[in-house]
Amino acid sequence: MDYVSILQIFDSGVRLATPLLFACLAGLFSERAGIFDIGLEGKILVSAMFAAAIATFTGSVWLGLLAGVAGSLVFSIMHGIASITFRGNQLISGVALNFLASGITVLIAQAWFGLGGRTPGLSGSERFLPIDLPGAEALSGVPVLGPLYSELISGHTLLVYVALAMVPISWFVLYRTRFGLRLRAVGENPAAVDTAGVSVVRLRYSSMLIAGVLCGLAGVYLSTGLGAGFGKEMSAGRGYIALAALIFAKWRPWYALGATMLFGLLEAIANRYQNIDLGGFIVPVQFMQALPYILTVIILAGFVGKAIPPRAGGQPYVKER
Amino acid sequence: MEKMPKWADVALIPLINLTIAFALSALVIWAIGESPWQAVKMMVGGALGSTYGWGYTLYYATNFLFTGLAVAVAFQASLFNIGGEGQAAMGGLGVALVALFIPFPHWSIAIIFALAGGALFGAAWAFLPAWLQAKRGSHIVITTIMFNFIAAALINYVLVNKLRPAGSMDPASATFPDSTHLPTFHDMLAPLGIAFSKSAPVNITLLIGLALAVGVWFLLWRTKLGYEIRAFGRNQDASTYAGISVTRITIIAMMISGAIAGMMSVNNTMGESERLILNSVEGAGFIGIAVALMGRNHPFGVLLAALLFGFLYQGGGELALWTKIPRELITVIQALVIMFTGALDNMVRDPIERAFIRAAKRRKAAS
Repeated sequence: MDYVSILQIFDSGVRLATPLLFACLAGLFSERAGIFDIGLEGKILVSAMFAAAIATFTGSVWLGLLAGVAGSLVFSIMHGIASITFRGNQLISGVALNFLASGITVLIAQAWFGLGGRTPGLSGSERFLPIDLPGAEALSGVPVLGPLYSELISGHTLLVYVALAMVPISWFVLYRTRFGLRLRAVGENPAAVDTAGVSVVRLRYSSMLIAGVLCGLAGVYLSTGLGAGFGKEMSAGRGYIALAALIFAKWRPWYALGATMLFGLLEAIANRYQNIDLGGFIVPVQFMQALPYILTVIILAGFVGKAIPPRAGGQPYVKER
Repeated sequence: MEKMPKWADVALIPLINLTIAFALSALVIWAIGESPWQAVKMMVGGALGSTYGWGYTLYYATNFLFTGLAVAVAFQASLFNIGGEGQAAMGGLGVALVALFIPFPHWSIAIIFALAGGALFGAAWAFLPAWLQAKRGSHIVITTIMFNFIAAALINYVLVNKLRPAGSMDPASATFPDSTHLPTFHDMLAPLGIAFSKSAPVNITLLIGLALAVGVWFLLWRTKLGYEIRAFGRNQDASTYAGISVTRITIIAMMISGAIAGMMSVNNTMGESERLILNSVEGAGFIGIAVALMGRNHPFGVLLAALLFGFLYQGGGELALWTKIPRELITVIQALVIMFTGALDNMVRDPIERAFIRAAKRRKAAS
């Protein structure tokens, strides 16, 4: 395997990791505040559909972005109402929202476009297009570093760079601001936060909103950056892989970057090579596809370091009287 | 502390929840420019208007009865088994291996072995998540989701690389031998002089499902193990204190759940397609969640909910055939049912409970 094809695999890995990264950070904010969010998948899907549909209608990817994020936010708020206000089972609510997304996206796309649940293909200003970083063209002749810069680092869409920027921002918000400290506290011991006179409900709802925006961006990227239009079930389990990455990352922003990049890379390798021949032993493509899930189970089993979720995760908070 | 009467808990609240879910579904149909009334009429006609419709309704209901019971058993132990889909898929593999590689003289023997094969594979697929939850504290919901994906990849691999007959492009196993053909309702009712559609796939597995529902009821409410499962589900600390082993109950409850989900595949793999195909479960494992929630985790409730979802599934198929409403409408209805009977239960329950308590107090004050 030559240098250029390795770069190409990594390049494709970064693209495929981007929606995972957005969704993983969404899950991070949500679960750090003590709300399990199985509904990442559904939010990605809803956002992808609305982004593509509105971009088609208006010809502007930016309006598509707004619509996608709005769709995802609505789902986030529904999850908040069920699990914060009515203290329902967060897992059941997430499952319900995933099904709702899976059904309603097809229903709406079919009603609007009549293409069997797809949206028309997007092109030009209806999509996020690759950005060439300054000097990519000029430096591509430089050996080793030139192709690295022009192939791998430059030439992604804006949202890829936004996703990468979200990692330090998330870290800063969670670990260096008062809001972040309270958010993490509310996921570990909401009663203590309540005693300190800070509203648990408010904090948890804000985490829902942040998760909604981030998941929305994942969906927007999926249908207007990575792909060119919405297709039925196009999230294809990415919300669940993001959930796996979140566990893999032990609920930490920088680790989330590593985990999603790893899973993106695995997907890129599986896409490129159908079966991998390791000196006589053939690794089937299905194994590569299942690898993120297998790795997550191994991590969850606690054989490779322990993944400890936020302590109050999944429990509705009932104020003492 | 006053409580509301039992009938309100088991009948009134679920009924209100369902009414809200269906009202919203009707709103969705109206919003995409179709008439809800026409849709209902067409669904009833398509699902219940002929023995063909009934045959499909009951066939789907059989699937949902199995997966609903599977989810309900786990819920009784307060374990949320999202893995029914993967367990049923693995059960399909068990059923297929039995049907393909053991020569059976008669279907009646084949079905026993197929049930055992499906149950074994389903239970085995539930074992690891259960063990991880009990011993390593990893959350069962996450692990069962992961196992759904791993099962899908595994079955894809087995079908493409191992079970696919030479020269076939289709990722599916060979057709099962004729001796494993299960009697359909057509076969069973013809000797009695009752005409039933020949092409409808409902088969003897439905009767097994009904027996299984009784069996689950007996297990949960009439045996020591069932008592332990329910006690564990209500209050883990108290049951540990009473000497119930957390590990044992978690693993047993999950393996029973997986076995029931695995047995579902006798219905679809042996009874309908008569070969193992890709994605044979078609989401029935997930619908089991809605069915169990709607049926309040009680076998009788699960049976009613399974029939309702069988009707919705067949009726929805008819809608997709004759109108512009896509099949995915069923997914939306399923989601709303899960949302309102599951996650938003308190929204309806709290005000009703308060109303009953107020009424009781007023009565007391008057007397």
